[in-house]
Amino acid sequence: MSDKPDFTELQNLAAEILGVNADDVQMNKSFAKDLAADSLDLVELIAAVEDKYGVELSEERLDGMKDIGALWVFLEEEHAKRQEV
Amino acid sequence: MSTSNGVRVAVTGMGFVTPVGHDTETVWSNLVEGVSGVGPITRFDTSQHSAKIAAEVKNFDAADYMDRKTARNIGRFCQFALAASKMAVEQSGLVPADMNPDDVGVIVSTAIGGMEEIERNQTILLQRGVRRVSPFTVPMMIPDMGSGIVAMHLKAGGPNYSVVSACASSAHGIGEAAEIIKRGDAIAMIAGGTEATITPLTLGAFCQIKAVSERNDEPERACRPFDLERDGFVMGEGAVMLVLEDYDHARKRGARILGEIVGYGASADMYHYVAPHPEGAGAARAMRKALKRAGIEPEQVGYINAHGTSTKVGDIAETRAIKEVFGDHARKLAVSSTKSVHAHLLGGAGALEAAATILAIDRGMLPPTINLENPDPECDLDYVPNKARKAEVEYAMSNSFGFGGHNATLVIRRPDPN
Repeated sequence: MSDKPDFTELQNLAAEILGVNADDVQMNKSFAKDLAADSLDLVELIAAVEDKYGVELSEERLDGMKDIGALWVFLEEEHAKRQEV
Repeated sequence: MSTSNGVRVAVTGMGFVTPVGHDTETVWSNLVEGVSGVGPITRFDTSQHSAKIAAEVKNFDAADYMDRKTARNIGRFCQFALAASKMAVEQSGLVPADMNPDDVGVIVSTAIGGMEEIERNQTILLQRGVRRVSPFTVPMMIPDMGSGIVAMHLKAGGPNYSVVSACASSAHGIGEAAEIIKRGDAIAMIAGGTEATITPLTLGAFCQIKAVSERNDEPERACRPFDLERDGFVMGEGAVMLVLEDYDHARKRGARILGEIVGYGASADMYHYVAPHPEGAGAARAMRKALKRAGIEPEQVGYINAHGTSTKVGDIAETRAIKEVFGDHARKLAVSSTKSVHAHLLGGAGALEAAATILAIDRGMLPPTINLENPDPECDLDYVPNKARKAEVEYAMSNSFGFGGHNATLVIRRPDPN
């Protein structure tokens, strides 16, 4: 992951997996309540995020994220860590 | 089925996703005109396979029938089943969501299940590891899932499971669904079959047992039941779903009744994994049982939609079985294999052929066995060769036989005049 994460890309990725419109994927949207993601969707989302951003994201970690914004913060932090290295 | 109790079973809807069309009129036109659905396989590279042809479902976009997320997360065989079920229920005029949840059940049968999804995820497992295996693999592969998906989307909460008996699956499923209505466990059943197994492993496995035609240069002529030059079946895919309904219920609400399921017979060959009994003994017992349940004599049957897969041994065994059951009448009735046109939908075959049988009665026209140019001397019945034929038929039969020696026969009757 050399480029800074692009939020539009994350919107498109989540929209594809969760079967929603990309515009509905906003920072304050919760996975389950707002985006109707079930546990299977989230396992698939983890695999897609890991592949796209080259990060490791455990199910426990994602479970602790209350919304898309939390996932976005995680990706930004991971990116920043890589820049430091 | 008239001999067990007073409940009769009508067919009030049919839905098609097939290699020869996705609506009744297109399917029927192709069957009658003998327009084959077989062509070169486009879904994967067949360079290693001895057979390179199949009847693929074309021009099917799952998103036309379901939301994007559902289309993404269910197997191809379930996509077919859900689309066909929606069309069948729409034609029937029933709205399961407005009925008691126990009133409408679902039996979507399949021979195999989500083979494409199994193969894809096996490749992912080997190449990328278990953490990249799709979490939807299990629901995509298990053969009962078609029934579950249809119930969820159509709000049909009655009896729900799948019947698995290889290439007889959906004939058994329709027969069992009719029994459910007869015993009063549901008013209507959404019943039929689906298959989507035109995949490298499935085709390769059938190639290895020399069961499939290798007439790769002439795909449309490859499936030739009862012809001397036949060299195996041709794999097809797709789904056909029927709405079966308590006859009186259908009549009272003014539904158009397309046909009546009056007989169902099931038996085992007790013979071999993949070869039929050479004399068709098990098949003959299934036909006899179905006639008995229909309460009719063999002479009352005017048409048989044969299993007729175009394998060397299968077509002869079925011919012998028909002669055994029907005696002299075997030479008077008409027999055809519509597989010559739509190929072999495996778990979907029985449902497509039951639908073809219903349409043959309804339209007064027998669909032909195409590619029957030089009949096998051991296949010496009237197979309606190459050209459709007008005929008024009151009772017709549909045969389905599966690997494992499973036999299922349905008897279908022309509906009462209104």
